[in-house]
Amino acid sequence: MDDQTMTHPADHPATDSVAALKPRRSVEDHPVKLEVKGLNFFYANNHQALTDINLSLRDKAVTAFIGPSGCGKSTLLRVLNRMYDLYPGQRAQGEVLLDGRNILAPKEDLNVLRAKVGMVFQKPTPFPMSIYENIAFGIRLYEKLSKAEMANRVEAALREAALWDEVKDKLHQSGLGLSGGQQQRLCIARAVAVKPEVLLMDEPASALDPISTAKIEDLITRLADDYCIAIVTHNMQQAARTSDYTAFMYLGEIVEFDRTEQIFTAPKNQKTNDYVTGRFG
Amino acid sequence: MATTEIGATEQASRRHTRRLKRQDGAFFWLAWGSAALVVVLLLGILLSLLWESLPSIGHFGLPFLWNERWSPAKDIFGAAAPIYGTLLTSLIAMVIAVPTSFGIAMFLTEICPKSLRRPIGIAIELLAGIPSIIYGLWGFFVLAPIMQHTVQPFLINTFGDLPIIGFLFQGAPYGIGMLTAGLVLSIMILPFITSVTRDVFETVPVMLRESAYGMGMTTWEVVRRIIIPYTRLGLVGGVMLGLGRALGETMAVTFVIGNSHRIASSLLAPGTTISAAIANEFAEADGKLYTSALVELGLILFVISFTVLALAKWLIGRTESY
Repeated sequence: MDDQTMTHPADHPATDSVAALKPRRSVEDHPVKLEVKGLNFFYANNHQALTDINLSLRDKAVTAFIGPSGCGKSTLLRVLNRMYDLYPGQRAQGEVLLDGRNILAPKEDLNVLRAKVGMVFQKPTPFPMSIYENIAFGIRLYEKLSKAEMANRVEAALREAALWDEVKDKLHQSGLGLSGGQQQRLCIARAVAVKPEVLLMDEPASALDPISTAKIEDLITRLADDYCIAIVTHNMQQAARTSDYTAFMYLGEIVEFDRTEQIFTAPKNQKTNDYVTGRFG
Repeated sequence: MATTEIGATEQASRRHTRRLKRQDGAFFWLAWGSAALVVVLLLGILLSLLWESLPSIGHFGLPFLWNERWSPAKDIFGAAAPIYGTLLTSLIAMVIAVPTSFGIAMFLTEICPKSLRRPIGIAIELLAGIPSIIYGLWGFFVLAPIMQHTVQPFLINTFGDLPIIGFLFQGAPYGIGMLTAGLVLSIMILPFITSVTRDVFETVPVMLRESAYGMGMTTWEVVRRIIIPYTRLGLVGGVMLGLGRALGETMAVTFVIGNSHRIASSLLAPGTTISAAIANEFAEADGKLYTSALVELGLILFVISFTVLALAKWLIGRTESY
């Protein structure tokens, strides 16, 4: 928290963001989980959406992607679990190494990859089944568990997502009956239930009210003890509050990638400075 | 001079307003009238069916529904065979068309390359545009001989001697009959079920589909566990619309059903349906009771179709609010 004691000149990056910076912890020594090397990405019309992306995501740390709309942050996230494969014509060049293995290789098993790299979307997307089944269904895709083991796993996942106390009495009701914030935590529970290694979050709180947002941010901070998390957000305070590293993207390129407090207090690039101080974006 | 000018414009404007009011009133009643006409027609048809079938209803009563005997010479009429034929041919058609339609819709929404989507979609819609008389001709001159020489002998030899289901495939291979009629019907309703199914599959939010794939599900798992449950009411609605068409289809069925007022256990046997019976016999129906019995058949079909369509509308309405 030593940042708060520092004084800044008036034109220095947003002081309220700084005040909200995540309590610092050392993640420098965490091993690299996901490494992106020379990544270029093209949509079906040959429009290049990402240009020469290089960065490393450390394990058990949160990396935030910020930048104006259309800068390619969501696209980058969708490369990391090969979601773009659903759409013929989209293609990625370069390498994305998960524990040293290139997941862009054509023979990569996408179903296994997506179990390892979970994703949470902008809007809650509970499956059309009960709360219990929403969690159990994903687990069943990969593991054969007894009824009791499954119940334990479901409970553990719901606890991990801080949802257990709110839903334990209605596990067999539809997931669609929950509030937006609860649905989103259900989606997070569903994602962590299959024990992923990486968790991708694409503006996970953008459709939620402030209280639900605060809960999700708390959750992200806690999940960072166990997972490698990549989060895309439009909300700079959110990036400052939740992340250890921040990448600022602009027009499909990474302008600056550094420790979060560095990006928000002393960015090296003028463009980053302009963005985090709210001068454009 | 000035005052008269003002008076003139005022008068003109008042005239104009009056004319607009008159026009609006006329339009109002025209719209009301058009809408009311639908209700009047519906009720009119229902009532005239009821009226015309009164002699038959009075003479045979409720047993008309389950009496199999249909003997114009002795003025004995029972609707059991046509009702049975209608329901059975529709059932055969549904059993074939529903899974096929779902498969086509799944292919079109989940698997098909973009460039093929439109051509295949258009081909299916063209299938819906073929007049039913052509299906009848095709069924009689092309499909029936194939059924008689190849398919039915194969079915009889393969399944005819099996326990439990053997009785469905016994008898002589006539070519025409319940199975052939069901087959033709299934082709005819396929485009309708397919297009409704495709449309409701496309209502699944992109993000829900992606999050299902994002869990590592295969295409089959996504369709089976996410898309079908999400759209199930709409799917039932689509199936019901297909069923509604199958129940009422006349021309094509009349060609290939065999027109025999008998209830046979075999699927290969000739039979009749309500609409086929009416189309076939109306011209030669001389007695009052004969005509009335045919009209009562029509009334029964009306009630069955109406029920199916009402159920479909209700289910589709519920999907939208889901």
